[in-house]
Amino acid sequence: MHSASGQHNAAHPPIWPLYRALVGVGLVCGLLIVSVFVLTGPVIARNEAAALQRAVFQVLPGAVAKASFELGPDGNFHPAGQGSAPQQTVHAGYDAEGHLVGVAIEAQGMGYQDTIRLLYGYAPQSQTVVGMEVLSSKETPGLGDKIEKDPAFRANFRALDVGIAADGQSLQRPVEAVKSGSKTLPSQIDGITGATISSKAIAAILRQSSAQWVPLVYRLQGELEGEPEGEGQTDGGS
Amino acid sequence: MAGADRNAASAMSTDDFIKGLWRENPVFVQVLGMCPVLAVTNSAINALAMGLATTFVLVLSNTLVATLRHFIPRQVRIATFILIIATFVTVVDYLIQAISLDLHRALGAFISLIVVNCLILGRAEAFASKNTVTRSVLDGLGMGVGFTFALLCLGGAREIFGSGSLFGVALFPAAYQPWIVMILPSGGFFTLALWLLLFNHLKLRRQARDDLAQEVTQ
Repeated sequence: MHSASGQHNAAHPPIWPLYRALVGVGLVCGLLIVSVFVLTGPVIARNEAAALQRAVFQVLPGAVAKASFELGPDGNFHPAGQGSAPQQTVHAGYDAEGHLVGVAIEAQGMGYQDTIRLLYGYAPQSQTVVGMEVLSSKETPGLGDKIEKDPAFRANFRALDVGIAADGQSLQRPVEAVKSGSKTLPSQIDGITGATISSKAIAAILRQSSAQWVPLVYRLQGELEGEPEGEGQTDGGS
Repeated sequence: MAGADRNAASAMSTDDFIKGLWRENPVFVQVLGMCPVLAVTNSAINALAMGLATTFVLVLSNTLVATLRHFIPRQVRIATFILIIATFVTVVDYLIQAISLDLHRALGAFISLIVVNCLILGRAEAFASKNTVTRSVLDGLGMGVGFTFALLCLGGAREIFGSGSLFGVALFPAAYQPWIVMILPSGGFFTLALWLLLFNHLKLRRQARDDLAQEVTQ
């Protein structure tokens, strides 16, 4: 018995140690990843919610309270709950008297390397974009990532014209990027030298998202004049 | 006798740490892990963060590989090493997201690159799978610090010339026109070539001096 198994081992290397090593290491690694995920998950979700909250107030200068609304299948805004899809959700910002300052809208599109996610503020009174923050991007460090920090580029988004055309369904002039320093219209964005593709990507994301959302928000802004309940989530009027 | 043994052992472990810094520097001598070396060194802060993240993964994977070295058969060693490395890279990724989203935004594109850094697999295969845990940790630390030092050499030089600053602090008057090429991918190749030139020159000079000293003694 003993010698038979010894012969067997000499002919074929035992496969039990191979299984043991692969399954054992896989088990240890799996446990490690899942426990780190479980431990850091809530912290990461909290960080992301805080970053979105901060960004909403940054793109809507003058806002002190916010409420989130979801665009329902009926084409009207409803107060957003837990499971609302971010693509269908806008964040209304209100000043101290409870008047609507503007609406922060999330948009995304392809950049030079990967998807760029951004948040921009639309003020229906002045019919302009009043702020823009990049939420996440993987643009080239030192070049493409200037879309997040470059002061001259960011100045484009203090009063970017997105006026509604006479038909109420589209914009008078679509948002477009032009070569750095050649901006002539209030709907144009001065690009960045050395980050042409990234700045054009921002303009394309804004053009697409504003064409979809701006006429809608302009028409339905009455529904957003809710009663905000301080910072954070509100369930609005039923 | 026992004292001499202990001295020899401690000299050996010091050497495990020291060799990665200079004599066997992973970038300038072994020329390993070129992907992050070229891709992430366009600023000193990116280089430092990448170096530290790599060191973290290197030390932990060396530790686990050395701990399990008698348990992993040769036939499946590559698969298990890769699994261990990928696990620690994922852990680092989540930890950085939990510590600071801003830091993760600055590094996000590069963290996952650590999985395919051949320096880490190379140390697991060449060192940790054959040596004790203590020596493997020291080896990982030394190689990690040497790697970080090399990344800082490249990142510092490229940021100074390419952006006119170091760690984001402006060094030159506003009239300075930065050499954009230095922060572009091609600048990485130029800078790496110049550093390799310098290191090989130093090595040749030391060799010539050693040869001369030998001849004189003979």
